[in-house]
Amino acid sequence: MFLKEVVNFVKVLNEMTVTFESRSSNEAFARSAVAAFVAQLDPTIGELNDIRTAVSEAVTNCVVHAYKESIGKISINVRILSDNIVCIRIRDKGCGIEDIDKAMEPLFTTAPEAERAGLGFAVMQSFCDIVKVRSNVGSGTTVTLNKRISPRVGNG
Amino acid sequence: MPKSVMCGNELTVYLSGDIDHHSARKIREATDALIQQNQPSVLKLNFGGVNFMDSSGIGLIMGRYRMMLLYGGSVKVVNVPENLRRIMELSGLSGLNVFERSGEFCESVK
Repeated sequence: MFLKEVVNFVKVLNEMTVTFESRSSNEAFARSAVAAFVAQLDPTIGELNDIRTAVSEAVTNCVVHAYKESIGKISINVRILSDNIVCIRIRDKGCGIEDIDKAMEPLFTTAPEAERAGLGFAVMQSFCDIVKVRSNVGSGTTVTLNKRISPRVGNG
Repeated sequence: MPKSVMCGNELTVYLSGDIDHHSARKIREATDALIQQNQPSVLKLNFGGVNFMDSSGIGLIMGRYRMMLLYGGSVKVVNVPENLRRIMELSGLSGLNVFERSGEFCESVK
């Protein structure tokens, strides 16, 4: 019975994947693409703005930290799950994060000269329900963002 | 170049569009050039035309705050749209006393 509920919970209703180069000019594209896909759940402007902001932070981390001076591929997978849950995975094959806990500390940054505020993960955590980070030094990082979109009354 | 107006010793810079890591560099360079040129004692950053901002915008404000402090001046952040409020609150900038309601005088924009 319990297992059935878990299986139900992770039912994938729709999915998209987009891959692009880690150029800063693609940051706007990335957050807009995700927002456009999530729009089918009829989110509020606030919810859509939260998703845009969190994705922008994650992609910026890939551009600034994962690939630094080089250009690599960033892949975003978005799944719409049952119960109006959006699961966004942002993946890079960059340098990886040595100390994830340290990286997630608010105000911690390895790029102060670029005026990075060190708030990327804090913003993701504040704007999403669940933030998970998996990283291997030398092979890349995957950030998973989960957010539940409030169901609209009267929506069929 | 963002729109700007110098009024007395106060420089207002009107920011617009999206502020992210990509656009922040240009905005930073333009704003710093205006600061060097006008040497204001108060820098007002007007966010009224900004549609989107991530933490790059916080870095932008912090950087200008430090720069103005160095010159013995100060920074005011005005006209923050509703959808930027949360990220502004999250930033801890309120502790630096930079938020202010928009002053509506000196509106002859360059």
